[in-house]
Amino acid sequence: MYWEEDIETMPREKLEALQIERLKKSVAKASDSVFYGDLFRKIGLDPNDITSLEDIRKIPFTTKDDLRDHWPYGFLAVPKDDLVRMHSSSGTTGRATVIFHTLEDINEWTNIVARSMYMTGMRKSDVFQNMMTYGLFTGGLGFHYGAERVGALIIPAGSGNSKRQIQLMQDFGTTAIHIIPSYVLHLSSVFEDVGVDPKSDTQLAIAFLGAEPHSEKTRDKIEEFYGLKAYNSYGLSEMDGPGVAFECPYQNGMHVWEDNFILEVINPDTLEPVADGEEGELVMTTLLREGMPILRYRTKDLTWIIPGPCECGRTHRRIERIKGRTDDMLILKGVNIFPIQIEKRLMDVPGVGTNFLIILEREGFNDLMIVKVEVQKEFFSGDLKQLEGLRRRIVEDLKSDILITPKVELVEPGTLPKSEGKAVRVIDNREE
Amino acid sequence: MIAYQLSIFAENKPGRLAKVTGILRRGKINIRAITIATSDVFGVINVLVDDPEGARSILEREGLTVSMKEVIAVVIEDRPGGLDRLVQLLLDNGINVENAYGFVLESRKQAVFVIDVDQLEKTQEILKDAGLETLDATALSAIEPFHYMNY
Repeated sequence: MYWEEDIETMPREKLEALQIERLKKSVAKASDSVFYGDLFRKIGLDPNDITSLEDIRKIPFTTKDDLRDHWPYGFLAVPKDDLVRMHSSSGTTGRATVIFHTLEDINEWTNIVARSMYMTGMRKSDVFQNMMTYGLFTGGLGFHYGAERVGALIIPAGSGNSKRQIQLMQDFGTTAIHIIPSYVLHLSSVFEDVGVDPKSDTQLAIAFLGAEPHSEKTRDKIEEFYGLKAYNSYGLSEMDGPGVAFECPYQNGMHVWEDNFILEVINPDTLEPVADGEEGELVMTTLLREGMPILRYRTKDLTWIIPGPCECGRTHRRIERIKGRTDDMLILKGVNIFPIQIEKRLMDVPGVGTNFLIILEREGFNDLMIVKVEVQKEFFSGDLKQLEGLRRRIVEDLKSDILITPKVELVEPGTLPKSEGKAVRVIDNREE
Repeated sequence: MIAYQLSIFAENKPGRLAKVTGILRRGKINIRAITIATSDVFGVINVLVDDPEGARSILEREGLTVSMKEVIAVVIEDRPGGLDRLVQLLLDNGINVENAYGFVLESRKQAVFVIDVDQLEKTQEILKDAGLETLDATALSAIEPFHYMNY
């Protein structure tokens, strides 16, 4: 039932003592990096000052901007030669944030992914179809390594090509899948098209849903259609990727692996900690990462700590499904997109006017991004072909940045809401 | 001679054409010809009017995006083969037509064919050499298309 029983069920007191011990090491390790070295000198923090968990509050928060400003190696706490892998978060403004791992980092990350999968009942007898993009994105390789550690047979299918996915499931008796929620919803219509019933024609039993927030209702729908158990997975590349927090068989919140991370929830305005059960921004600290330790990272994800112990016996605290963001990041088909990215791209295209509007729609089970763009008055020459060319160029430019093909609609100048101050540039119609 | 066509950028949705014709009606602008080209969600309304400058300014005052373009309005015979003669002539001289539309001036006698071409000056010379009449804005405003008094 447990991957590492002693750690997973460790009494809180002992777990917290372990955290303090590891936090000290992590802070000391971090001070080897340019970023934290300079920061600690500036605020006069000696890593030896950290003697309790409360002392973590002596350390300033780290933000995505910090990562970006010290791109690419400012956070490295080991020589470059010790690194074995990099990952990059999808969809960032301007420069992508990059996370580097040593072999030991990959080893620890793999362990928590394996622990998470094992927790839901996946075993070496399982056939695991990984339907996530392999590459810079952490979802593909992170789960791949974890499943390998568990000993399951992995089908590294990657995402897309739905009919082949279904064929693979049937040919090799797939029992577990890892997939983004919007894709598994879309896939259900493909199952119907090809006349395959996942309940009777496949052996699917477990789905890991990650990279995208989804509701309890969506989970119910997925479980009902596929006849399986769907487990919510939370992670972010800055904290390795998947495996940070995961649902147990009780499916009531996600256990944060507190032997690997320190978990805080703060009020994003006052930056003060909030009580358990109260919504706030999730702040995370790596405890075991040596290549690129990150302390008190503001995830911008909104959630709360579920008070009280879990029936599964694990002592690691649980967080609620992610409720939203403190910034304006959008998540579409598992890809993180900031409206500013779209704005920057658009403003570089000759002929684009001053205003634009992003509309997110759900068509059936498919998420769709519509970008309405005002055309510059002076650009208009009366030629439809020229407008078509502009539209195509915008589609291509955006696609190269946000990795998603938006539907671009050109509109008359002055017809969209003005972008003064904090204009509403995103309309999300995907709510259920 | 050169005529002027107004092109108006318009989203492809109900009410956009009505807005244009409404503004022109209030401005007492007479429309000689109109064509619409659409591409999914947006399009272009092309109008040939008796007072292009006046029409442009009132349309722009109402917030519309307008572009004025030089086109050639050729007078052709309104009988079988009338248009073909013009088009064959353009073909022989390698002129590419981007957009075209026509209207009848006097039934079975005269029609006007409006062409938007890639080589404006060359086309004018060719038409002149072939003895084909072209109309400018003034001529277009003077003509009275298809008037019953002509019968």
